[in-house]
Amino acid sequence: MNPTKVKSIISLFGPFLALIVVYAIFGALNPRFFTADVALNILTQTVIVATAAIGMTLIIISGGIDLSVASILALCGVIAAWLVARHVDPVLVFCGTIAFGAFCGFCNGSVTVWMKLMPFIVTLGTMQIFRGSAKVFTNGTPINLPPEVTTWKAWMGGSGLPHGVWLMLGLVIFFTLILRYTRFGRHIYAVGSNELTATLCGLPVARIKIFVYSIGGAMAGLAAIMNMAKSSQGDPTTAMGMELDIIAAVVIGGASLSGGEGSVLGALVGALLMTTIRNGCVMNGIPTPWTEVITGAIIVIAVIIDRLRHKRA
Amino acid sequence: MLLTVVRPMTQEKLPATARLSMQGIRKTFGPTIALGHVDLAVLPGEVHALVGENGAGKSTLMKVLSGAHSADAGVMFLDGVPYQPRNPLHARAQGVGMIYQELSIAPHLTVEENIVLGMEPMMGPFVNRREMRNRAMEALAHFDHPDLQPNRLAGTLSVSAQQLIEIGRSLAMGCKLLVFDEPTSSLAQKDIERLFLLIDRLKAQGISIVYISHFLEEVKRLASRLTILRDGSAIATRDVASTSPEEIVSLMVGRDVNDLYPRSERMRGEPILEINQLAGKSKPQDASLTLHRGEVIGIAGLVGSGRTEFLRTLFGLDAVAAGEVKISDVTSNNNSPAARWKQGIGMLSENRKEEGLALGLSIADNITLSSLDRLGRLGYVSPAEMKSRSARWIEKLGIKCQGPQQRIGALSGGNQQKAALARLLEHDVDVLLLDEPTRGIDIAAKARLYEAIDEIVADPVRPRSVIVISSYLPELFGICDRIAVMSRGVLTEAVPVHEITAEDVMRVATGKSDTLTHFSSL
Repeated sequence: MNPTKVKSIISLFGPFLALIVVYAIFGALNPRFFTADVALNILTQTVIVATAAIGMTLIIISGGIDLSVASILALCGVIAAWLVARHVDPVLVFCGTIAFGAFCGFCNGSVTVWMKLMPFIVTLGTMQIFRGSAKVFTNGTPINLPPEVTTWKAWMGGSGLPHGVWLMLGLVIFFTLILRYTRFGRHIYAVGSNELTATLCGLPVARIKIFVYSIGGAMAGLAAIMNMAKSSQGDPTTAMGMELDIIAAVVIGGASLSGGEGSVLGALVGALLMTTIRNGCVMNGIPTPWTEVITGAIIVIAVIIDRLRHKRA
Repeated sequence: MLLTVVRPMTQEKLPATARLSMQGIRKTFGPTIALGHVDLAVLPGEVHALVGENGAGKSTLMKVLSGAHSADAGVMFLDGVPYQPRNPLHARAQGVGMIYQELSIAPHLTVEENIVLGMEPMMGPFVNRREMRNRAMEALAHFDHPDLQPNRLAGTLSVSAQQLIEIGRSLAMGCKLLVFDEPTSSLAQKDIERLFLLIDRLKAQGISIVYISHFLEEVKRLASRLTILRDGSAIATRDVASTSPEEIVSLMVGRDVNDLYPRSERMRGEPILEINQLAGKSKPQDASLTLHRGEVIGIAGLVGSGRTEFLRTLFGLDAVAAGEVKISDVTSNNNSPAARWKQGIGMLSENRKEEGLALGLSIADNITLSSLDRLGRLGYVSPAEMKSRSARWIEKLGIKCQGPQQRIGALSGGNQQKAALARLLEHDVDVLLLDEPTRGIDIAAKARLYEAIDEIVADPVRPRSVIVISSYLPELFGICDRIAVMSRGVLTEAVPVHEITAEDVMRVATGKSDTLTHFSSL
């Protein structure tokens, strides 16, 4: 096997290996950790972050960043809950929320591209705008789902694998194929790797970027529905700080913040890794502050490993 | 693993006074032998050129000299004293200064702070500013450059002035040996002249200089002796005056190079690209040109004359302010790179690293980037197709790599450039716009590019056409059918190469004449 291939396999399985090791360590500390219930719990808890992280992966590969993702999630969440409370058909709730998320992403993308601004600053601003809008929309109080509506329970709970987990896995496969086997996917990598080259080669750089931010917003909208299904409400203060978990999942999964690299499978593994650590710490009675320290350390280690990998290349 | 082999001084007829003597230097990286067994001796006050293809081991040898790498075997002496640099700063303290190809100055610090960087004169915990100023002034006295004020921010200076700061840094340390690695690659012509005069002065002061360059003219102009490296070994050391360029090239490449610029029978066909009074925002101001099928037109001119802007405007990368572009007799209404590719025009950027290639992506990705839609239907991109198409160009152009999936950033400059050209060939364009296609690449890769250009232009079935920008006139005269000169944003008429000389071109380029004709015919 040639070295190039070996390298790409390592970069894909590195985070996966870390996940297995962490899982094994917690299992060794507490055998109850190896039960199906815990595994199911971890998968379910990962759905929200992972779904949003799929969109974030595309944005980060294209060389951008979206700090407003958790705010889009909150805003879409209250809109979804509002629609559900008005007994709108679930299909329309899905369509409407995702479309609204895509619109938020479109705003991020178009301001960034047309005004030629740094996405970090633009989305730092829209983070506040979307969060504030969610609070304005609900007068600061959560919108509870009517108790008689039970359609949403099965998405994030119930018996067996919740729909949300299937959705997450399906999206990972879908976007892996998009990134790897379509022109659009290769264009995202090219724009993130070197925007000038992409322009030279006649790629529609602006359109690609705006589209990528829109997909990121749509995924945040989808994550918002899962979040609503889980908590049975639309809370404007939900998912505070979750943008950092989402970005961390993408980076742990092997993406480079300077663009041109990353995979949605990696992002899924990154998200799983963080949920596993949180669950493992809880089950082993490790206090929350220590969980934070450990999670933070994992992120730093992931970045260091990434750095070393690049140095060798 | 330092200094395991000690060889007797008698093996070469070295004067005892050699400023630098490197003996039996060996360096390996894993299984790769970067330097086999290299001897090099540099005399006091000598400019010693080091030439060789990319990958021949020049940079590794210089990294050993500067302490960035430690040798696996071999010894070094500086003025007869054993010399073992631990790192570049240590090397500089001992008298060996490096002037790198990519400048290493801190743009937010002042000139004087840059000069003493890492060696700041201290007074207790504070920098001794007066001493710093004195040292900087002393170093700057060598240059006589009006912009080089000690308290000016380095980032506000021109590239050539920044380079002088680097040189000043070494001089301030009292370096006796300076290494110049491709120092002219980012300089304009008049700055090159100034640099050469400076090197002459330094030489006269007894400072020894190792000069690395791809340009044999520079070697001829500056150096008294040269050492040729090939495949990690020093092949020969010669007197520059008694060695012909052909001999040097043959030694570098390892085979006879009879004709660097091949020229097959070319059939000039119908006009394929007509440019009428094209103007950009500031440059070009007025450029008209008609390119025929099966023809190579060269654009000469000074750096900054608007040559690059002309190609960029033509390709739609810069905005078109006025003028008309006709492709195969059809006026183009859409001036964007995407439209140009569709019209069968491709461009190779002069800036390979920053614009030409996506260095983080694979060779295959880079070659097929503009023509992904041909690798499958409905937006599908077949990895197998991408790989096989790229593999064909890797084979055809002799791109040295591990395979199509290798990251293109890992290749040498020459091989990167072949891949950049392969993108245009893979897209199968009719018109190739090449901006400085051979900048910074070695002679073997150049020869390969010239061959490839000649082959597509002389193609009997579908001859392609080329517009090429180059600062290197022998190259333009070698590969072009006609040459036009850009001067202050205005392009002259294109004239057949056999009707003019390099002097005629320079006269127009430097503004001494407006029309490109042979001098004697005036």
